[in-house]
Amino acid sequence: MRDLITEHRLNIVLALILLGGPLVAHFAEEPFLVTLATRATILALAGVGLNIALGLGGLVSFGHAAFFGLGGYAVGIIASHHQNYEPLMTAPFVINGTNQMLVLWLVAVIVSGLAALVIGALSLRTSGVYFIMITLAFAQMIYYFAISWPAYGGEDGLSIYVRNSFPGINTLKPLDFFLLCYAVLMVVLLAQWRMTGARFGMALQAVRQNEGRVAALGLSPYRIRLAAFVISGMVTGLAGALYADLNRFVSPSMISWHLSGEIMVFIILGGVARLFGPVVGACLFVLFEHLFGSFTTHWQFFLGAALLAVVLFARGGFIGLVAGRARHD
Amino acid sequence: MTVALFLEQILNGLQLGVMLFLMAAGLTLIFGVMGLINLAHGSLFMVGGFVCAAVAAWTGSFWIGLIASLVAAAALGALVEIVVIRRLYDRDHLDQVLATFALVLMFSEGVRFVFGSFPLYLDPPAFLSGPVMLPGGLPYPAYRLAIIVAGLIVAIGLGLLISRTRLGMQIRAGEADREMIAALGVDIRFLYTVVFALGAALAGFAGALIGAIQSVQIGMGEPVLILAFVVIVIGGIGSIRGALVAALIVGLVDTMGRFLLPTLLANVMEASAARGVGSALASMLIYLLMAAVLVFKPKGLFPANA
Repeated sequence: MRDLITEHRLNIVLALILLGGPLVAHFAEEPFLVTLATRATILALAGVGLNIALGLGGLVSFGHAAFFGLGGYAVGIIASHHQNYEPLMTAPFVINGTNQMLVLWLVAVIVSGLAALVIGALSLRTSGVYFIMITLAFAQMIYYFAISWPAYGGEDGLSIYVRNSFPGINTLKPLDFFLLCYAVLMVVLLAQWRMTGARFGMALQAVRQNEGRVAALGLSPYRIRLAAFVISGMVTGLAGALYADLNRFVSPSMISWHLSGEIMVFIILGGVARLFGPVVGACLFVLFEHLFGSFTTHWQFFLGAALLAVVLFARGGFIGLVAGRARHD
Repeated sequence: MTVALFLEQILNGLQLGVMLFLMAAGLTLIFGVMGLINLAHGSLFMVGGFVCAAVAAWTGSFWIGLIASLVAAAALGALVEIVVIRRLYDRDHLDQVLATFALVLMFSEGVRFVFGSFPLYLDPPAFLSGPVMLPGGLPYPAYRLAIIVAGLIVAIGLGLLISRTRLGMQIRAGEADREMIAALGVDIRFLYTVVFALGAALAGFAGALIGAIQSVQIGMGEPVLILAFVVIVIGGIGSIRGALVAALIVGLVDTMGRFLLPTLLANVMEASAARGVGSALASMLIYLLMAAVLVFKPKGLFPANA
């Protein structure tokens, strides 16, 4: 079948639609739709993170909500210390909380990266269905920890009363915050695009296709996978940091296994290993939730049916339908 | 008195372990024979609980409810296998995870649609509703003891089914080499449906039994499903014996951790902090156990086909 449009052009069109929609909504004075687009953008970023491990590396992680939640909690905890004027620690030296997004993002990325390093180092000793179950189990461990640890809200979650700030931008305005999230998503996508063509990206895809040959070339498949898993966790953690500021609230539900499943759903709806797959998938998901959710409380039933249909009959997702099979050029 | 309390906690741990075994046995059987990872197994557990509670409320008999839940879970399992799962055997694990995740969403909403959002309650049968006196003078609920006994009987029955019967022979052959037993004239599609229905019935049975100690509600199967995954990882995928040993270990470690850790920590820190830290640590204990097993035996304690 001749492709309707090349994937590269499709990506540019998709990026422009995601930018244009909220701009139109802003001037039509529909701030709710801008917030909805922000939600889609942040969830897309979480999906982009998972896509690095799952799409490029073939690592089916069912525990990425852990990194999403850790990124969110990093922001929530530091911001709550800032709000309450309590230092994070007093000995051996004093560290105060902050409300600067750049610092918060850095901490969120480091925390989720370290978690991914530990979880990845253990889980990557196995493969296949073991890997799926183990990543799921570790995410669940962090979920239960967040619920039973009383210091930061436990089951009730933690509120951020005022959205944190970014130099030169009023993050309290919906459109400004959207543009900030959009910019982060685009920077990460650009980086992933560059990485896919670079040595590391090539090696990662080679590990997915034929582990033995990569090992024969003198590279360590384990290390390459671990590096990809850590990068993947960091990107998803950054998404969690943005999500905390979007809702001004973090709770254990950010770490629930449903969220891990949903992040995976974004990828399959859009197209596995496609650069913009998670972006399309997250937008479709949020639209679906909004449209069906407005006329039936049982919208998740229809989400399940749609997902089942895509998995069984429309492999390749949206981008696969429009732009055809992935090319290796 | 503390000895009796200790014994009580050990029995609670055994009861959790036995229930986890019922879930893990079905999961590991389905993975061993068909190579399928099934997230919807927790939904079958939930359906078992709901059907038992609804039928028991309607007929007034726990036993009719229990039988109805077995039949309903097995029938639903067979239906799901024929309509959906059958198409997934040749797919990669990602497709299996996503398709069965879709089934979880559909089952949860479907049950909400049929039974409503409010939890149902199920009373244990009258002659098991009272306590039993344990040696040491502590009363213990007879129903929980009955769960332990029922679970152990099912474990023995399952072991006999697999090692002694024709069906069990076909299941073992299916694990070893499915093309070969298909070539020998075994109807492999029917065998797969039977195995899936058997796993579903075990999950439904567990859900019905647990329904009388907890409330029967949407999503009740999900925490159990994930614990069953931990059990399978520790026990070794595809091994029924591994599932039994690992289920009992996980049940005991989890229960004893929650019981002992806060008390132990109270020796080194103040009581309220010890409770918080202890319960948080206890909730992580089985996952740390899983990590430790992975470091030393990445294929689990009883690797299948070894």
